[in-house]
Amino acid sequence: MKWFLGHLGQVGSLMVNHAVLAVAPLVIGLLLAVPLGWLAQRYRWLRTPLIAGTGLLYTIPSLALFILMPLVLGTGILDPVNVVVALTVYTVALLVRTVADGLASVPQEVLQAATAMGIGNVRRFWSVELPLAVPVIAAGLRVAAVSNVSIVSVAALLGIPQLGSLFTDGFARAFLDPIVVGIIACIVLALVLDLAIIAISRAVTPWRRTQVPA
Amino acid sequence: MNLLWRWLTDPASWEGSAGIPARVAEHLAYSASTLVLAALIGIPLGLWIGHTGRGRVLVVNLVNGMRSVPTLGLLFAAVLVLGPLLGGDIAFLVPSIFVLVLLAVPPILAGAYAGVEGVDPGARDAARGMGMSSREVLFRVEVPCALPLIFSGLRSAALQVIATATLAASVSLGGLGRFLIDGQAYRDYGQMAGGALLVAVLAMLVDLVFAVVQRLVVSPGLAPARTSRRAARRAAAAALSPT
Amino acid sequence: MKKHLAILVAATASLALTACGSGDPLASSAPASSAASSGSTVSLVVGSANFPENELLADIYAGALTAKGVQVTTKLNIASRETYVPALKNGEIDLIPEYTGGFSKYLNADADISDEATALASLKSLLPDNLEALEPSKAQDKDSITVTRATADKYNLTTIDDLAPVAGEMVLGGPPEWKNRALGVPGLKKVYGLVFKDFRATDAAGPLTVQALKNGQIQAGNLFTTDPSIKANDFVTLEDTKSFFGAQNVVPVINKAKATPEVVAALNAVSAKLDTDTLATLVTKVVVDKDDAATVASDWLTSVGLA
Repeated sequence: MKWFLGHLGQVGSLMVNHAVLAVAPLVIGLLLAVPLGWLAQRYRWLRTPLIAGTGLLYTIPSLALFILMPLVLGTGILDPVNVVVALTVYTVALLVRTVADGLASVPQEVLQAATAMGIGNVRRFWSVELPLAVPVIAAGLRVAAVSNVSIVSVAALLGIPQLGSLFTDGFARAFLDPIVVGIIACIVLALVLDLAIIAISRAVTPWRRTQVPA
Repeated sequence: MNLLWRWLTDPASWEGSAGIPARVAEHLAYSASTLVLAALIGIPLGLWIGHTGRGRVLVVNLVNGMRSVPTLGLLFAAVLVLGPLLGGDIAFLVPSIFVLVLLAVPPILAGAYAGVEGVDPGARDAARGMGMSSREVLFRVEVPCALPLIFSGLRSAALQVIATATLAASVSLGGLGRFLIDGQAYRDYGQMAGGALLVAVLAMLVDLVFAVVQRLVVSPGLAPARTSRRAARRAAAAALSPT
Repeated sequence: MKKHLAILVAATASLALTACGSGDPLASSAPASSAASSGSTVSLVVGSANFPENELLADIYAGALTAKGVQVTTKLNIASRETYVPALKNGEIDLIPEYTGGFSKYLNADADISDEATALASLKSLLPDNLEALEPSKAQDKDSITVTRATADKYNLTTIDDLAPVAGEMVLGGPPEWKNRALGVPGLKKVYGLVFKDFRATDAAGPLTVQALKNGQIQAGNLFTTDPSIKANDFVTLEDTKSFFGAQNVVPVINKAKATPEVVAALNAVSAKLDTDTLATLVTKVVVDKDDAATVASDWLTSVGLA
């Protein structure tokens, strides 16, 4: 506790770095997963290869992905972009399935009603399917957000500053305080992101608030 | 690619206590003991919660909360705290397994819980109506019906543990993580890529084994599509993350 | 209430500012514009290896340079030489505290590092064209082969030579890169004829190595000679009679494009003030007393009039 109070600034700035490294892949990953998930849902034959293929990416250990990124991207060894791209890979791996499931959860009658109202396919996707899939997508996004926060910390083994730096620093000096503070800060950050996603998901689905009490 | 190929085809990579077969064996040993321990904790607890409906809020929060605990930090803390108390060869092993078990319990618990909770209430009522005791309902109706989700929890946990067991190498243990950590230490990209590939292949093979077992054990009447959408969604949310 | 709010806002703002100061994680880490190399506003990136002493030295360099108005960013804890040297070559970092012998051996396994002068000469001749070694300090931090008091007594060990007949019964612990490094397992075999039963990759002379020695998971371990845990645990550092670990003076290695006269002067002034005892004392403050490396660095710089 005393250590924490003495290092507020440091912990704060590491936390900001951590948040950026965890959130950027989330946003990019979502943007990539929506079209991929749509493809998987729209064309049945694409579903298995897309979902199994992206799911496979999940089994690559993060440390390896971080370190091999420079070879693939031609970036520098210490470039945080490596971390962002690696986490984007994981985020996509997780979200493609969720987006497909989310789109599949939209009742067929609703889609037919929309078509009957003369809404074109493109507009129907943006104004009917995607909004109705938000709750399911948000659930997947929450999982991705929370796991991203945990994975970012591994990048400390490569010297990219974020909350994981507290782990390596503490460990090198056999000093528990920074490690514990880092763990708690990670949990807090994950919680904040989780709440933010819930809030955003509620905000963009106003009809659910009146429909579903609780 | 060339580097990877060269490493994989170098006979030296396959020999001795630091060779690929030895590392795979170590990796499997860590992962298997973790999964057994986690299943012993997670499945009974999940079944009990699903059956009695008690502690539901606890599960949901626990599962989400545990997922946000950074494994690397927890591992370092566990080694610093437990290591000196244990001593000997288990000084680094026990903390590593402990951390992996903490990682594996939530998906297993969530799977077992969601599986039992998602059982068709009609089936449950019918069983009661046939005069089954609460215990019989659990073991003869709910557990068999919950098997698909119990398996999906186990499979999530297995994937996650196999990917994460690589971190054990950062505290001087063996396993496939050795190739990643050592490869990083001397910038041997072939070795690193090879290690990563082996982890992915191992994860796939283990998942395949689970899939086969699942097919043999689960009643054919219980194809995954038959479970309720709510349960399926919960199981999806219980899905894994690499670390 | 209003006052509290104001404090909160101020705190948040300052937090945001510190965050910016430490570098936007998404900003490109490519070398700063070449325009910076002339004039008085030099900016450079100081890196460090993944052990506390090296981070401390990087903080000392950074503090001394900041005091001279140089714009400094730090990128600390970048794994081992195998990782940070490429980063140094490609300009991702500009300056790093190094050790004359260790770096020479990394660049060429056959480098002669037997004494301070030859080690420095070797380093200077081996460095890539865009890098330059400045004045080394008197401070040395060597790798060592260290054993517990019990092991030393059991086998009657005082020098590394004494290990030769018994190494086959012992497990050696050291950082993963030791397995392949000239200043590691292969070199020990070549110079001292030591063949250990096994090599266990622990960490860069950190708590894992210390714990593994105490636990008996390893019987001999690589610790740094400045490490306070040697004394604390009554470990025995075996004498390096063949000067295998050679001379290991702390030396700033810098990207030539950033080595302006004022930067060179500031770093040479640090080297002039630093000796082995001082370094060991400072490391103890960081590792044993758990003080911040940055604080220890700036306190010391102030005490010797360099900041």
